[in-house]
Amino acid sequence: MQPNQLANKLKIVSLVSVGKHPQSGRVRRADQDSRAVELGMKLASDNLIVLHAGDPQEQALRSYAGMGLKSIQVLEMDPAADAVMPLGEHLQQSGAEIVLTGVRAESGESSGMVPYQLAEKLGWPIVPRVADIVSIEAGIAEVLQALPRGQRRSVKVRLPFIASVDSAAQDARQSAFGPASRAVMEVEVVSAATDAVRQSWEEAPARKRPKRLKVVKAKTAAERFKAATAKSQGDGGKVMKNESAAEQAQAILELLKEEGVLR
Amino acid sequence: MSFEWLHPLLIATALVLAVIGAVRRVNLWRAGKPDQINLIAGLMAMPGRYLHDLHDIVERDKYMSRTHAATGGGFVLSASLIILVHLLGIDSQILAWALLAALALMFVGALFVFKRRLNPPSRISKGPWMRLPKSLLAFAGAFFVLTLPAAGVLPEGSGGVLLTIVLTALIIWGMGELFFGMTWGGPMKHAFAGALHLAFHRRQERFGGGRSTGLKPVDLSLAKEIGGVLGVAKPTDFKWNQLLGFDACVQCGKCEAMCPAFAAGQPLNPKKLIQDMVVGLAGGTDANYAGSPYPGKEVGHARGGPDHIITDGLIDPETLWSCTTCRACVEECPMMIEHVDAIVDMRRYLTMERGNTPNKGAEVLDNIIATDNPGGYAPASRTNWAADQNLPLMRDVKQADVLFWVSDGAFDMRSQRILRAFVKLLKAANVDFAVLGDEELDCGDVARRLGDDATFQSLAKRNLAVLSQYKFKRIVTTDPHAYHCLRNEYSDFGSDALNDVEVLHHTTFLNQLVQLGQLKLNNFTGAKVTYHDPCYLGRYNGEYEAPRELLRSMGIEIAEMERSGFRSRCCGGGGGAPVTDIPGERRIADMRMDDASSTGAELVAVGCQQCTAMLEGVVEPRPEVKDIAEILVDQLVDQTADSKVGQLAQEVH
Repeated sequence: MQPNQLANKLKIVSLVSVGKHPQSGRVRRADQDSRAVELGMKLASDNLIVLHAGDPQEQALRSYAGMGLKSIQVLEMDPAADAVMPLGEHLQQSGAEIVLTGVRAESGESSGMVPYQLAEKLGWPIVPRVADIVSIEAGIAEVLQALPRGQRRSVKVRLPFIASVDSAAQDARQSAFGPASRAVMEVEVVSAATDAVRQSWEEAPARKRPKRLKVVKAKTAAERFKAATAKSQGDGGKVMKNESAAEQAQAILELLKEEGVLR
Repeated sequence: MSFEWLHPLLIATALVLAVIGAVRRVNLWRAGKPDQINLIAGLMAMPGRYLHDLHDIVERDKYMSRTHAATGGGFVLSASLIILVHLLGIDSQILAWALLAALALMFVGALFVFKRRLNPPSRISKGPWMRLPKSLLAFAGAFFVLTLPAAGVLPEGSGGVLLTIVLTALIIWGMGELFFGMTWGGPMKHAFAGALHLAFHRRQERFGGGRSTGLKPVDLSLAKEIGGVLGVAKPTDFKWNQLLGFDACVQCGKCEAMCPAFAAGQPLNPKKLIQDMVVGLAGGTDANYAGSPYPGKEVGHARGGPDHIITDGLIDPETLWSCTTCRACVEECPMMIEHVDAIVDMRRYLTMERGNTPNKGAEVLDNIIATDNPGGYAPASRTNWAADQNLPLMRDVKQADVLFWVSDGAFDMRSQRILRAFVKLLKAANVDFAVLGDEELDCGDVARRLGDDATFQSLAKRNLAVLSQYKFKRIVTTDPHAYHCLRNEYSDFGSDALNDVEVLHHTTFLNQLVQLGQLKLNNFTGAKVTYHDPCYLGRYNGEYEAPRELLRSMGIEIAEMERSGFRSRCCGGGGGAPVTDIPGERRIADMRMDDASSTGAELVAVGCQQCTAMLEGVVEPRPEVKDIAEILVDQLVDQTADSKVGQLAQEVH
């Protein structure tokens, strides 16, 4: 069976935010979020739910709609307020099985924390930096994670889960003016806690950190090619393949304690 | 002759069937969208348009214009006299003799049509069209013999039964083609639909030597109407007079012979496109089409109907995206059909409804929307090219004689050389000019040709809002595409920013300066020069002379290419074609460069940055490519040069 046909019955939600063009600073559909919509449309076609928390009049929402969406659900709230609580509550009630987001927003705090906080709130697993969802069978999804240098890691995850969509995922389809102007904004007014800390912040364009120049020691083209494509070798750590699950779990637990993640 | 009652009955039957067919055909056109046309005025003007506008185009081929005048004129005359003499039975020797003369004229014309069809060029359609000269001969010959008794040449009732049967057969054949076939879709349909097309043409301004090349804006409010669609999805989404225009096609293939995309082996043939539109409006398949196919695509698989979506089965979107909007087909069409309008209408649907602009199209449109330039560069970097030029900004000076419209060439390093050259010329001639700087946006040309009229309209309105803040007498630009938009397409948006403003291409403006003696030029001493007419300067705006005069003013004798002036071949850079990049067997730019090389020229003078980019993209060895502004700047007599040398000498000492 095609993964599509199975996924058609699934409830998939793509979360979208207001993007910001890197050159002009103009609002637009965010690159990763629109990839999340693209992936959602591939899996669920017309049944995809696209959800935004913020201002329903926002023009950027229209450019998501232009991808061919009939409607966008908007939780109306102050765009500067914290969206995690209302989104979490909405998702909990909606019975969503897969929630797709971008890795980080292009405007606002851009901390990349929303998918993690949502996952924590819903008690769901999160798969970060997804390139594709290959198949969904019997409540288990096979997901491809994007790793640096074009590498992929195949992961199996039980539904429901949250995935943040990496820039390596399929490009978003073109946004067309006709569907963009026709789409309906289904608005639900929600209350959200004002982000008091954020109000005192001042926004300024980020500046790239200076980077130490890399001295290329390679003498031949082959060496340069190798240097450019070689897997980064992590130091430390160990690969446990043959040990029992209990031993593997114990090792992870010890590592987490050692790193101070668990206390 | 026996059966005297038979022939009037046959004529009456043929005419009644023709009328039924005409009503049926008119209803097919009426399925299109309404358009504001003065029907009575159009009909009144029609004979004049036929004799003047249409005939002027046919006249480019003397053989065909004489043949057509004899055949067509003879037929129209004969048909009316046949009704008087044979149907109404008016017994007049004068009428009968007049009819004989008309038929003779038609017969002679038909002989030349026949001769033409003996060895037809590949561009003309075969099939039923091969039968037409014989039908014309049958009609003219049979009625000639039939009229002899009425003229008193033969006694009444002469000829036996055999002659009557033969004549009757020929008359049925002739009238079947010429009366019945005219309204039921035979080759003669072109006369019926063509005449009405001339009367109800969508661009009435084209008649009487006028020019109308700006695209018509899309009503964007349609997007929110129930059942509304942007652009043309189905044949019935065309205006009714566009549908009528498609039906007027004579399949002469002059468009095909001129089309750069067809010559490059891309899947476009303007003639086939119009015939597919006819298939669409009437319903059916293209199996009966007997002309050249779209290169690389087999004929017979296209199917359509008035309410079928055109790009689902009738036309491959690739066909629509192959067009460079060079207007060579429109310029060449004796029936004055508007191919480019139809193509852009269908592109509008693909882009604004389907979101299906191919290859880099979507990315370029996204860039234009987000940054107001197709390259996606930071809008604030628009004047970076002129950092060392010290250009007066409109924002500061508020008014100037000349507004220099820089265009998106500002972001392209090759085009910047043209811009610099032009600025140097402006300064040398002491022109009072200013630029908009970062306030200038993309003119919207590419967005509009790619079918995104929403973005075009947004850019046009914002540009007009900026322009309306300042005072200037002239806008001058080095980019013919911006020139065309500003001059012909911005007037649809209800702004008075460009009222009483002269929009000029830089070659026109520089030519004025040279003629006025404000620019002194040395004679050009280099090698042979040819000139490439940009489509958007020449065919779109009729400016062929100024660039040539400029070149001549430097003592250059232009080695004209075989295809120059209104028949100039496109460089391949228009209509977003380099962005959508539909594969063919050759590149249009290569073919154009071959045209240039074959004149023996070592320098191609150009008046457009797109053409410069396309022609310079051709692999060497090839002639050098330079904008006219760049050639001029090299020949500029620098009046300050002497004093500068003096200064330099002082500094040295």
